[in-house]
Amino acid sequence: MSAAGTIERVDHDRTRPAAILEVSRLTGTLNTARGPAQALRGIDLSLAPGQTLGLAGESGCGKSMLALAVMGLLPAGAQVSGSIRFQGQELIGASDAALCRLRGNRIGMVFQEPMTTLNPLHRVGDQVAEPLRLHQGLSRASARAEAARLLDRVRLPHAAQSLRAYPHQLSGGQRQRVTIAMALACGPDLLIADEPTTALDVTTQREILELINELVAASGMTLLMISHDLDALARIADRMMVMYGGSVVESGPLDAVVTERAHPYTRGLFAARPRWSALGEQGAKRRLQTIPGRVPELADLPPGCAFSNRCAWTLDACRAGLPAALAIGPQHEARCVRLNEPGFRS
Amino acid sequence: MFFLKRFVTFIATLFAASVLIFAVQAVLPGNAAEVMLGTSATPEAVQALTRQLGLDRPVPVRYWRWAAGLCAANLGTSVSYDTPIADLIRERLAVTVPLAALAMVLTTIASLALGLYAASQHPRSADVGIMALSQIGIAIPSFWFAILLILLFSVKLQWLPAGGFPGWQDEPVQALKSLVLPAVALAVVQSAILTRITRSAMLDVLREDYVRTARAKGLNRRQVLWRHGLRNALVPVLTVMGLQFANLLTGTVVIENVFSLPGLGRLVFQAIANRDMLVVQDVVMLLAGCVIAINFVVDVGCAWVDPRLTLSAS
Amino acid sequence: MRWLERAWRHPGFVTGTALVGLLVGAALLSFAWTPYPYAELDIPHKLAPVSNAHWLGTDSLGRDIASLLIVGARNSIAVGLIAVGIGVTFGVALGLLAAARRGWVEELIMRLSDFTFAFPALLTAIMLTAVYGPGLAISIVAIGIFNVPVFARIARSAALAVWSREFVLASRACGRGPWHISLHHVLPNIMPVLIVQATIQFAVAILAEAALSYLGLGTQPPQPSWGRMLNEAQQMLFQAPWLAVYPGLAIALTVLGLNLMGDGLRDLLDPRLARQR
Repeated sequence: MSAAGTIERVDHDRTRPAAILEVSRLTGTLNTARGPAQALRGIDLSLAPGQTLGLAGESGCGKSMLALAVMGLLPAGAQVSGSIRFQGQELIGASDAALCRLRGNRIGMVFQEPMTTLNPLHRVGDQVAEPLRLHQGLSRASARAEAARLLDRVRLPHAAQSLRAYPHQLSGGQRQRVTIAMALACGPDLLIADEPTTALDVTTQREILELINELVAASGMTLLMISHDLDALARIADRMMVMYGGSVVESGPLDAVVTERAHPYTRGLFAARPRWSALGEQGAKRRLQTIPGRVPELADLPPGCAFSNRCAWTLDACRAGLPAALAIGPQHEARCVRLNEPGFRS
Repeated sequence: MFFLKRFVTFIATLFAASVLIFAVQAVLPGNAAEVMLGTSATPEAVQALTRQLGLDRPVPVRYWRWAAGLCAANLGTSVSYDTPIADLIRERLAVTVPLAALAMVLTTIASLALGLYAASQHPRSADVGIMALSQIGIAIPSFWFAILLILLFSVKLQWLPAGGFPGWQDEPVQALKSLVLPAVALAVVQSAILTRITRSAMLDVLREDYVRTARAKGLNRRQVLWRHGLRNALVPVLTVMGLQFANLLTGTVVIENVFSLPGLGRLVFQAIANRDMLVVQDVVMLLAGCVIAINFVVDVGCAWVDPRLTLSAS
Repeated sequence: MRWLERAWRHPGFVTGTALVGLLVGAALLSFAWTPYPYAELDIPHKLAPVSNAHWLGTDSLGRDIASLLIVGARNSIAVGLIAVGIGVTFGVALGLLAAARRGWVEELIMRLSDFTFAFPALLTAIMLTAVYGPGLAISIVAIGIFNVPVFARIARSAALAVWSREFVLASRACGRGPWHISLHHVLPNIMPVLIVQATIQFAVAILAEAALSYLGLGTQPPQPSWGRMLNEAQQMLFQAPWLAVYPGLAIALTVLGLNLMGDGLRDLLDPRLARQR
């Protein structure tokens, strides 16, 4: 293509800024000990630049798999189909070299376990400097200086000294700050945080969450935050997505999802949070609400709606096939066949 | 602090080894002097030799004299060769050290290469193939493999000598040639074991979270293998290599006998046949000392590679 | 019996067991029948190649190789059983003691085993045979002694894992003493690990005895031994090269079979350990 004959990208919807991450019909199958498991079933999502998407769900619902699929880091033997477009570039089927250019560079990822995420034999400073030297070609000295700046930015105490520290010399919270610094080193456009606070104690959780929020706001980064802590997500997300059994059961603006809770699973999830009530308050000593049954293994999903065997409102139609996504409000949709029944959602 | 502790343990182990070696031969039934002179010796001759060898002193004194001699590099005199043992040993080391070194080099190269390759190809057929080969390698007695090598390269092809050692001074090339088959025989069995260990250590490392983190930072497979996999897998590999050194030395003793190489192994054997116990004691102590020293070096080396090891004192 | 079905489908285990079965079968057979009496000399027919009369040929003294091999199998099994027996008996006892008592007892036992690991085993065996004279008995004892720290180590670490489990805690709460717990609770639970290790040490013992016999320090004539047969074969290497093949092959196949069986048992008895392949 010569400069004269450059083909202009057609922007189908000029009223909406181009989505930074566009996932369509993403299906992923893993090889488990019990046979093939559909970890991802027809996921659709669209992230606008600068948005924060909160991805909620219990363990085993496939949210981590979604993150790994975007990064192209699913375990060996996994098969994906569908489309994942990052800044217009198709990621599924892309070469490893192309994906390597994006990882740590334009897309950063923060993992859950601070204790095992860092290489125990490499100094902290070197690990933070690694993406800088890899993607930006910085020299040893400038990468080290930049790493010190990054560690300072994530408010790691004694940042300069910590450069020469080994991971085992830091606490869990400090290691997580290092992981965040590593992920943000090259100034990515998209940050994926997979349960970044789950393995930390409560006070540290708050601090790390605030840190992430502040860094994202300061740089205008897009954030995909995965957590099973609904309150944490509610504090920082613009949009919320709830996953169960490998599919997205509800997704929409934060307020809409949190207040309306259209899908039965969302309803159950929010209701199951333990609530502090002052003594003597009306109904203070209510039983903890639970969703009956257990989250099924991905290899044992029931046909149709994955939630059908635990839902209080199941019909035969629920088992016929994965329910289509029905719109409930502006950019708010959920997968339930009974959504539009009068009185169902009150 | 860690180094000090390890050093003290090293010295203590050397001491314990020397006591054990001495004890084994000190409880030898019968009078050693008598055995050496033969049944036709007169009682006076036996007594004279006994006093000369210091065998009439109490056991702890004899031990002390021997141990002190070792530290002063005075290893005594061989009764059968009538030469200072230190000279004998020095002579034989000229064969054993190059042999062991050559075998060690071959082993390291082969097992690291094969082990890493197998791990990177897991679970494809190259990996399975290498594992099958190593399984066979472990089962083969090194001296049998040596004999087979002789059969092929000396008897059939006549490329390499079937035994003997012409000496470094006279024919250096021929001397080197006579070390090739022995070193290969030693290396094959050692590599079989080490290949499995290397592969296993590498596979364990590749399953760790920090390898996934490295991939998430944008490193490609090769970079991950070298920068994050290799160094972390080295610690268990080095530890086993240290332990294997004992096997290597023992194997050297056996192989020297297969090829009639005038090394320490042959020396021990001839000394046993001649009931020259002091030589046996000294050589076994030397070999045991080497093993203990190597293990000490490996320990310290591992701690240098993995700083977490300096934390736990045990 | 589901275990048996799984075992049947494990190729390594099946191959290994078949090879070991061959060994045991040969040894048992040797008590009832051998092609020729193994010690019978037949000088006129010495160094004969493979033929109908002598299925694997004869050695330098006219003895039938096949018979020597079969009777030699007896030797190998005896070595393996007794050496491993010594190791298991004393090693497991020490390991259980170390795990039960902890403290300085454990420290002492572990230091002693670490020390023995640093010591080249075969070398000590050679020295012992030098001092006490060569022979099958002394070499078995020497090999057996070096099995003790191996089993002590393994038994201790497996036992420690069991000690921290809840049912042991419950047993202690009932007032059971450490001996009872060690014998009735810990020991049965560490059996799988011990069985796997015993199989592997069996193979190690056979290799060690073969080396000692090759050097002339192990089984003495006229008792046949695969290792010594190799030594004799080497002396005839130029005239009768095939003599070197059979005894070595017998050793290699036996050891291979035992190793495969041991690895297979490890996969089958504790699937968690299988991940370490």
